[in-house]
Amino acid sequence: MRIRNLELTVGVFILAGVLALTVLALRVAGLTPGSTGSTYSVHAYFDNVAGLTSRAKVTMSGVTIGQVTAIEFDKNRYSARVDMAIDSDVDTLPADSTASILTAGLLGEKYVGISVGGEEDLLVDGSEIYDTQSALVLEELIGRFLLNTVSKED
Amino acid sequence: MSAVDRLVLLGRAGLDTITALGRSGLFLVNVMFGRASFGNGWALLVKQLHSVGVLSLAIIVVSGLFIGMVLALQGYNILVGYGSEQAVGQMVALTLLRELGPVVTALLFAGRAGSALTAEIGLMKATEQLSSMEMIGVDPLKYVIAPRLWAGFISMPLLAMVFCVVGIWGGAMVAVDWLGVYSGSYWTNMQNSVQFVDDVLNGLIKAVVFAFVVTWIAVFQGYDCEPTSEGISRATTRTVVYASLAVLGLDFILTALMF
Repeated sequence: MRIRNLELTVGVFILAGVLALTVLALRVAGLTPGSTGSTYSVHAYFDNVAGLTSRAKVTMSGVTIGQVTAIEFDKNRYSARVDMAIDSDVDTLPADSTASILTAGLLGEKYVGISVGGEEDLLVDGSEIYDTQSALVLEELIGRFLLNTVSKED
Repeated sequence: MSAVDRLVLLGRAGLDTITALGRSGLFLVNVMFGRASFGNGWALLVKQLHSVGVLSLAIIVVSGLFIGMVLALQGYNILVGYGSEQAVGQMVALTLLRELGPVVTALLFAGRAGSALTAEIGLMKATEQLSSMEMIGVDPLKYVIAPRLWAGFISMPLLAMVFCVVGIWGGAMVAVDWLGVYSGSYWTNMQNSVQFVDDVLNGLIKAVVFAFVVTWIAVFQGYDCEPTSEGISRATTRTVVYASLAVLGLDFILTALMF
């Protein structure tokens, strides 16, 4: 009986360790099994993606509908190519929808927001979002503001 | 004492150190690969898993809880000045998974289980239990050392995972329930910034490396100690000191390689 109790506690201990790893994977790292199967991919070119990272959210009306899968620099177009995986449920996006890079809060993380267009053709797997708005860079904004005030004074 | 004598002493100390390193390496190889399995191994391993792993669980859970709570409290007080206290979740999670989880678990493990292993094996040697086993044809490496070594390798990574989970939960308790950070942003920010392979798995690899080093040092110091009561006390001290230094030094190297 003594050995049996020992084995029981060791079993519980090992189970607790494995369970902890599972919790870390699912709850903390946000790894969701099988969610990649039901998406289609679109891409867009941005002049500036400053601060956007892989796995960032893609949202529409504030609801997450997909995530950024890859960001790379296209040397022929001198711009950043962003690949996104959109949930297949959301298959009614017009082809002229706009993708813009937005910030959650003042210092929060960057994400891609999609606003709906008016065309009848739809975005399908592999298509490109032509209409894009780059990330807001604070230095550029301040520079433009200063330039405006200077030219007004002239 | 003449200069030549000093030089001789220095040389002898250096040779002793290198010999001890070589002896511990051979010892490890003998225990792990020289014997295919450890006799009626399963029962022996379970017994050691209990004394090394299960009995360490209490100290790991309690310290994990408090470290997570302190991290959340400190993080909140700093981040609230920038108006970004939502980031406290990701701060707690990344700190625990990458550094504090494996390192603090290894240090506690060296103090709680490592010293006990050294003292136990050292006393077996001092009371000539090990040589009696050899006399009756039983291999002490197989029946005494191997189960303890494997129990350490298996239980420390599990303890580190438990430590991280309890710490993150403690952080959530302080940040969300006490300080009023919105629970959605605590968990969502965490999930957005923590990567499974980069953070969780690398932390686990660190824990496995530390488990290996701490258990190896503890078991070897016990097996190699001077068979007197003074020798055992010195070996136990050496276990804790060497294991802690090795863990902290290796942590820097592993962090530089991984992140």
